[in-house]
Amino acid sequence: MIKVVGIDVGATYTKAVVLDERRQIVGQSMIKTGFNLAGAAERGYAEVLDAAGLGEEEVDYVASTGYGRYVVPMRDIQITELTCHGKGAFFLYPNTRTVLDVGGQTVKAIKLDERGKVRSFRLNDKCAAGTGAFLEKTARYMGLDPAEIGSLAMVSKAPVTISSVCAVFAESEVINHLTSGTLPEDIMYGAVLSLAGRAHQLMKRVGMEPEFTFSGGMSRNEAFVKAIKHELGAPVNVPDGDLGHFNGALGASLLALDRVHKLQAAGEWSGRSRRVAQGIVA
Amino acid sequence: MLVGGVDVGSTQTKAVVMDDQRRVLGRSLIDTGGIITAAAENAFQQACTEVGIARSEVAYVVGTGYGRYNVTFGDTQVTEISCHARGGQYLFPNTRTVLDIGGQDTKAIKIGAEGQVLDFCMNDKCAAGTGRFLGAAAMALDIPLGELGPLALVARNPVRITTTCTVFAETEIINWLARGKKVEDVLMGVHQAIATRSISLLRRVGVEDEVTFTGGVTRNIAMVQILEELLETHLNVSEEAHYMGAIGASLFALEKAMAGAAGAVEALSVGAQLDATRALGGDCAICPELPDRKARDGKRALNKPQLIQVGGQREVARR
Repeated sequence: MIKVVGIDVGATYTKAVVLDERRQIVGQSMIKTGFNLAGAAERGYAEVLDAAGLGEEEVDYVASTGYGRYVVPMRDIQITELTCHGKGAFFLYPNTRTVLDVGGQTVKAIKLDERGKVRSFRLNDKCAAGTGAFLEKTARYMGLDPAEIGSLAMVSKAPVTISSVCAVFAESEVINHLTSGTLPEDIMYGAVLSLAGRAHQLMKRVGMEPEFTFSGGMSRNEAFVKAIKHELGAPVNVPDGDLGHFNGALGASLLALDRVHKLQAAGEWSGRSRRVAQGIVA
Repeated sequence: MLVGGVDVGSTQTKAVVMDDQRRVLGRSLIDTGGIITAAAENAFQQACTEVGIARSEVAYVVGTGYGRYNVTFGDTQVTEISCHARGGQYLFPNTRTVLDIGGQDTKAIKIGAEGQVLDFCMNDKCAAGTGRFLGAAAMALDIPLGELGPLALVARNPVRITTTCTVFAETEIINWLARGKKVEDVLMGVHQAIATRSISLLRRVGVEDEVTFTGGVTRNIAMVQILEELLETHLNVSEEAHYMGAIGASLFALEKAMAGAAGAVEALSVGAQLDATRALGGDCAICPELPDRKARDGKRALNKPQLIQVGGQREVARR
């Protein structure tokens, strides 16, 4: 059976998914990207093959995506993360028309047509204030572990307004709130609401239409999911568990499978021997 | 008669005592810290001590800067924009443009022959392009602020810092070092990034000679040099320039004490403008690269469609 890999080298995490011909996920892996993008891709790839119980020679096709997609050594093709996120979200929720993806260093709002093609998008990868990094910084200013963000923010009863629009300048504001006795959870949820507000702005600019699907690392943060639902005032599809975090890798693997099918239909598919011939596999 | 000006900046507080011949008799500079009212008190007290007078001998005090409403002993407040314009004209009478790069904001001010504000543009929303960006680089590289400039000047192959955001730049800096780039080359890239952003702010009000450069960042020798090269003009810089806001404030104090409300009238009108600018809000009133700015400027064709690769097909998209 055909097996393909989608690998998403993000700024913060590298995610990989193995998909079989029936479009079933048979393995996934996630590691910190760090500074060596190619190294992260190698490790992520090795781990996902382990998870799927596959040898390298059993992989038919590899699609890379994400910020580091051009340095993935074993890739057959690289695809922009916008296409991959659209594909993944459309696969999980076929009525998706707008995808919001909030990652560690990027936020994307993607509008899809009824066939799941990317029609337009807006992205912010320039300013930390609109990304997950804003929450991470806020947590650090308070001496908290970023892993605590979601659970802490969920207990907030009276969130404060964070008015700084810069993740750096927010530090003084956070400290001011702390010294005036504001509870850390209220500051944290205030930051979460601020981020949700910015995500909403980006979605408005793309001309959002329901259904909305939310993906990316932040889709695993319960407080942010709550905030974005509140902000949009509409239902939002959120993939179960950590699946939202793998949306880009999933989309890449789906596109890899499409590619194999296309090659097969055109009579150009020579199987994995092609990967051997090209030296992608030893 | 003696008057005082206290400029409470986000990073440092400056105070000046002036006589009625417009001579600066005493000055002080301290870190603002967390308790702003105390910083204002202490700075003013130190300036008085330097002159050897009691605080009660100062007839009129004007507060300015980000913490001007915390100058509790002040007689009135004037915006930092007005004070920098007035102070710039005092120090360098032919000043027509003031560039002020402080610890948390950057201002470009166009001034008239009398030191009046004609136009201004300010970034206090985003740390990129402010002294804070240098501070973050100093932290990431573990180099004292004072050594940044001289070190940057020995660079031979400066890197290009491509990230806009200070938070992301910290990562980029470490990334460059991990790839084996020299500290000075990375540092020079950081300086060039700030200079470029400051200049885009400056161009919004128009660059007219003479240009006076003020704020804490003037003490960075590399920054002065890069700005002069990029602007192709000489910059007025002086040790005294750090006190420019406080000097401007004391000039307003003198005017107010001697002639009445003239200074305050101008200050109020500029203050209203400033508040209006701030009230505009949005994601980024300054940066042409950030999403909100783009949305607003979309009609002005600032935002050209770019060809990007989407799924193997070329597609025109707005980025």
